[in-house]
Amino acid sequence: MRGPAVAIGLPFLLFCGLIAAGFLMPGWLRFITLIALAKGLVVLSLMLLMRAGLVSFGQGLYYGLGAYAAGLGVNLLKVTEALALLALGVAVAGAVAWVLGFLLTRYREIFFAMLSLAFSMILYGLLVKSSALGSTDGFNLPTPTFLGFAFAGTAARHALFVLTASVAFAAALLLHRYLGSTRGYLGEAIRENEIRVEYLGASVRGALHVKYVLSAALAGAGGALTAVATGHIDPDLAYWTTSGEFVFVAILSGTGSVAAPFLGSFVFEMIRTYAFAYSPNTWQMVVGATMLLVIIFMPGGLWSLFRRRPRLVTRS
Amino acid sequence: MTMPNVISASFLLPKRPVRALVAATLALLSAALGSQAQEAPKLKIGIVTFLSGGAAGPFGIPARNAAELMVEAINNGTVPAPYNSKGIAGALIQTVVIDEAGGTTKQVTEYRNLVQRENVDLVIGYISSGDCLAVAPVTEELKKLTIFFDCGTPRIFEDASYTYLFRTGPHGTMDNVAAARYLAETAPQAKSIAGLNQNYAWGQDSWADFRLSMQALKPGISIVTEQFPKLGAGQYGAEISALLVGKPDILHTSFWGADLEGFVLQARARGVFDARKVLLSAGEPAIFRLGAQIPDGTIIGARGTHGLFAKPSALNDWFRKAYYDRFATPPIYASYKMAIAFLGVKAAYEKAAAGTGKVPTQEAVIKAFEFLEFETPSGKIRMALGKGHQAIGDNAIGTYKFDKAAGQPTFVDVKYYAAECVNPPEGVKSEAWIKSGFKGAKCN
Repeated sequence: MRGPAVAIGLPFLLFCGLIAAGFLMPGWLRFITLIALAKGLVVLSLMLLMRAGLVSFGQGLYYGLGAYAAGLGVNLLKVTEALALLALGVAVAGAVAWVLGFLLTRYREIFFAMLSLAFSMILYGLLVKSSALGSTDGFNLPTPTFLGFAFAGTAARHALFVLTASVAFAAALLLHRYLGSTRGYLGEAIRENEIRVEYLGASVRGALHVKYVLSAALAGAGGALTAVATGHIDPDLAYWTTSGEFVFVAILSGTGSVAAPFLGSFVFEMIRTYAFAYSPNTWQMVVGATMLLVIIFMPGGLWSLFRRRPRLVTRS
Repeated sequence: MTMPNVISASFLLPKRPVRALVAATLALLSAALGSQAQEAPKLKIGIVTFLSGGAAGPFGIPARNAAELMVEAINNGTVPAPYNSKGIAGALIQTVVIDEAGGTTKQVTEYRNLVQRENVDLVIGYISSGDCLAVAPVTEELKKLTIFFDCGTPRIFEDASYTYLFRTGPHGTMDNVAAARYLAETAPQAKSIAGLNQNYAWGQDSWADFRLSMQALKPGISIVTEQFPKLGAGQYGAEISALLVGKPDILHTSFWGADLEGFVLQARARGVFDARKVLLSAGEPAIFRLGAQIPDGTIIGARGTHGLFAKPSALNDWFRKAYYDRFATPPIYASYKMAIAFLGVKAAYEKAAAGTGKVPTQEAVIKAFEFLEFETPSGKIRMALGKGHQAIGDNAIGTYKFDKAAGQPTFVDVKYYAAECVNPPEGVKSEAWIKSGFKGAKCN
């Protein structure tokens, strides 16, 4: 066990380093890091479910909801504050997840995966059919204000980066605390043996419902931040290939730590962008080969590189 | 190698290798600068087009092929006059090609990479309207000359105005306005129309433009059915049944790619083409692949006077021959549109450079590009809309006829429409213009 000073201090140092690096980086790298952090939030949300044994192939539902909530917040409700848009994305995603959770927490394994995918494709279908929202072309978002300040150009980019990094850091820290609590550990317990959890007096469905809403809120935050950073949203955000990409990155990252999704997301974005630049006709093969290599040589994901010693996991 | 990479790498290395690295970098840089001093200046162009996915085959690859051809021909000075000088204002073109796949977030990221990492001088690209809408504001933020060569949505310059962005391809409104005019002239007895369009922005917009245009040209025309199967559906049995039951006089479809080919084969077998005019508003790319399988009498558009609709000229004859010799297939409209973008860039740079003998600044190029008129294999293109940033061009619609003796697709009864006849005037939105009964249109 490490002391609390190290547990809080080290991540905080990392966070300060990230913010500082954000100011030093060239613009393109800052943008990729920003997108990696925003998408990392969605991967983090998948990790939370994976720890409880659930794989969602429909996290694009909440990613897309968060993005569209932020987009419509600007264009319909005329909200320009970035934090308010973020809150809106989180709230809408969380509220929808709370309703859908009553149904989805009854299912496990492939049934849960397929049903979550189905819901994300319903959102996709609705968005594609609504020409008022631009159908597949989507629509643009103006640059928001930050705590009332209207930045322009590079200053706005820096502000967005600081916001996204702060949200990612806060979310990771809170989730780390949650996962270390009794309620958090219920996830692993449920994955191992649901009946035993019920015998111990905990409600499996109740615990999963909370995790599902939390995970949707995280994905909604990721979607809202991506929308604000990109300045454009379209139904592809909710498409099943987007959801699949998040599962891909979650497997690449591993579920060992709350930092893993962000690391995995960054590595994935970097591999993909250089594959785009250097083999424009075969970039998919480069990404696929990386995935195969990781699965073969690092079954625990990229995070296994940072493990001090291999931990033996015994399963019944 | 860009500086940021060197800096970030130097953080990771101990001191002595850093010095060696810096020394080596400096040596390399000075060598590179020394050798560059003698060479011709370079113009680095980022090219973005679909290299994978459904739009790659029908549009993306033909466009990339045209880009490859144009870069080589411009660098060697083999394009006919007025483009027969070597390079662009004396600078030789280098390209970075990027796949347009991956969605708008990815494309915004890659656009930033092109400008900030690859340091391109300009970007030519984008087939998908969604990608165009997403990239447009970023061109202003990064202040980089960008040319959209294909995407169709009129929203780009109708909803906003841009300084660094140009679109050398006319927007999608004229495809369906011209088609409606053609049908009003050639099928005056038609009393009903039906639409079969893919359920996404392109299909919805195409049908809306066509329906409103027909209603403006032939008030009282009835709409039998509006079918919106999803993009990439492949099977159209139910839609074809609905069309056969409704018996429209005219069927409009903006299908493209594999969807179009699938629909033509299935619809033909069930007699959809027999008793009515079928309009394939973007059917041109399919004619060389399907040949005799498209029934004679089908009405086809090419989104401009491209391909077989392009009138003979030194430029067009050269382009068709050079393209065919190199890729063993005739150029389709996406190829023409890519060639137009390159010629527009060359014309603007050389107008800006006139007399100076130097590669002009971006500001000078933008000034020269606004309201520019230039010759292309598809005829004259004029940057007339969007404060001089949006092109208009003539359009043509024709009736398909497969020449069995020659084994070649041809068009008969081709009608040409002047640019001002099928495009809204400056400052008027397309939809409002069509609804107003094409107020201000100049047709001869």
